[in-house]
Amino acid sequence: MVQYSRARLDASFAALSDATRRGVLEQLGRSDASITELAEKFHMTLTGMKKHVGVLEQAGLVATAKVGRVRTCRLGPRRLEDETAWLERYRLLWDARFNELDRVVEELKRKEKVHGRNKSE
Amino acid sequence: MDATRVSEPTSMKNRTTVERTSERELVVTRTVNGPARIVFEAWTKPELFKQWWVPKSAGMSMLSCELDVRVGGTYRLVFSHPAFPEPMAFFGKYLEVTPHSRLVWTNDEGDDGGTVTTVTFEEKAGKTLLVVHDLYPSKDALDGAIASGSTSGMPEQLEQLDELLVTLGTSAGPS
Repeated sequence: MVQYSRARLDASFAALSDATRRGVLEQLGRSDASITELAEKFHMTLTGMKKHVGVLEQAGLVATAKVGRVRTCRLGPRRLEDETAWLERYRLLWDARFNELDRVVEELKRKEKVHGRNKSE
Repeated sequence: MDATRVSEPTSMKNRTTVERTSERELVVTRTVNGPARIVFEAWTKPELFKQWWVPKSAGMSMLSCELDVRVGGTYRLVFSHPAFPEPMAFFGKYLEVTPHSRLVWTNDEGDDGGTVTTVTFEEKAGKTLLVVHDLYPSKDALDGAIASGSTSGMPEQLEQLDELLVTLGTSAGPS
C-alpha cells in the first residue's frame, strides 16, 4: 500500500532526472507531438526517444495513443505537484477540524468531571 | 520527501497524517486526548458535530446539521461560504454504526457518488486513535477529486499551473 505510492513517486523523480525528458514534458506542455516529431526536435533516434517516452509514460507524466502508424504523446494524468499540494491542503483541513474536535472533547471531559458521568448521560 | 504521505512537524499537538494508500483510498489518522466513548459522542450528536466539522479557519459556516446515526439512517449537512453562490449540501446514509468503535457512511452528493467513509475509534490509555478511510468508487473518481482541487467540498483556489513543470521548462529545457 505504502509501497504503491512510493514506487510511483520514485518513478516520477527518476523520469524527471533527465534533461531530455524534462524538455519533452515542456514541449508537450505546448502541444501534443508524435514520437517522430519529438525525436527530430531533440536530435535523437526514434528508438532513443521511444525509451524516454516510455519512462515518462510509466511515471504517468505522459500518455500516448497510437493512431494508424503514428504514436502521439501528450501530458499524462499524473501531476506530481497537484497531488502533493492537494494532500497537504486536505491534511490542513483535517488538522483544523481535529483541533476543533479536541476543544469539544475537552469541554465534554470537563463537564463529566463537574457533573459526574451518570448525570451527563 | 514523500509526496503521498504528509504530516506536520513534531509539536505538542497530536499529529494529523494523510496518505493515499492506493488508487482508490485516502486515509487520515489523528489521536484525540479522550476516551472513545466521548469522541464517538462528538461524531454522532449533531449539536456537538456542528461545533467542529467545519473549522472556523475554513471560512465556512454550517447552516444545518441533521444526523440520524443508526444503520440506514441519513445525514444532511448544509454549508455556506462567501465564495459560494448558494449553500452546498452534503448527504448520505449510515451503513454501519457500532457505538464507540466504528461508523460507516456513504457520500451521495457527488456526480459519481459512492465514496464510502469508514471511521474507526480505537481507545488506548484514555486516548482515541481515529482513522478516517475514504474509499472512492474508482481511481478516476479520486484522481478527479484531486484534479478539481476540491477537498471534501472545501473550495480551494486550484493552482492550475503545474509549478514543477513550469520551473523545469524555464530553467532546464533544451536550448
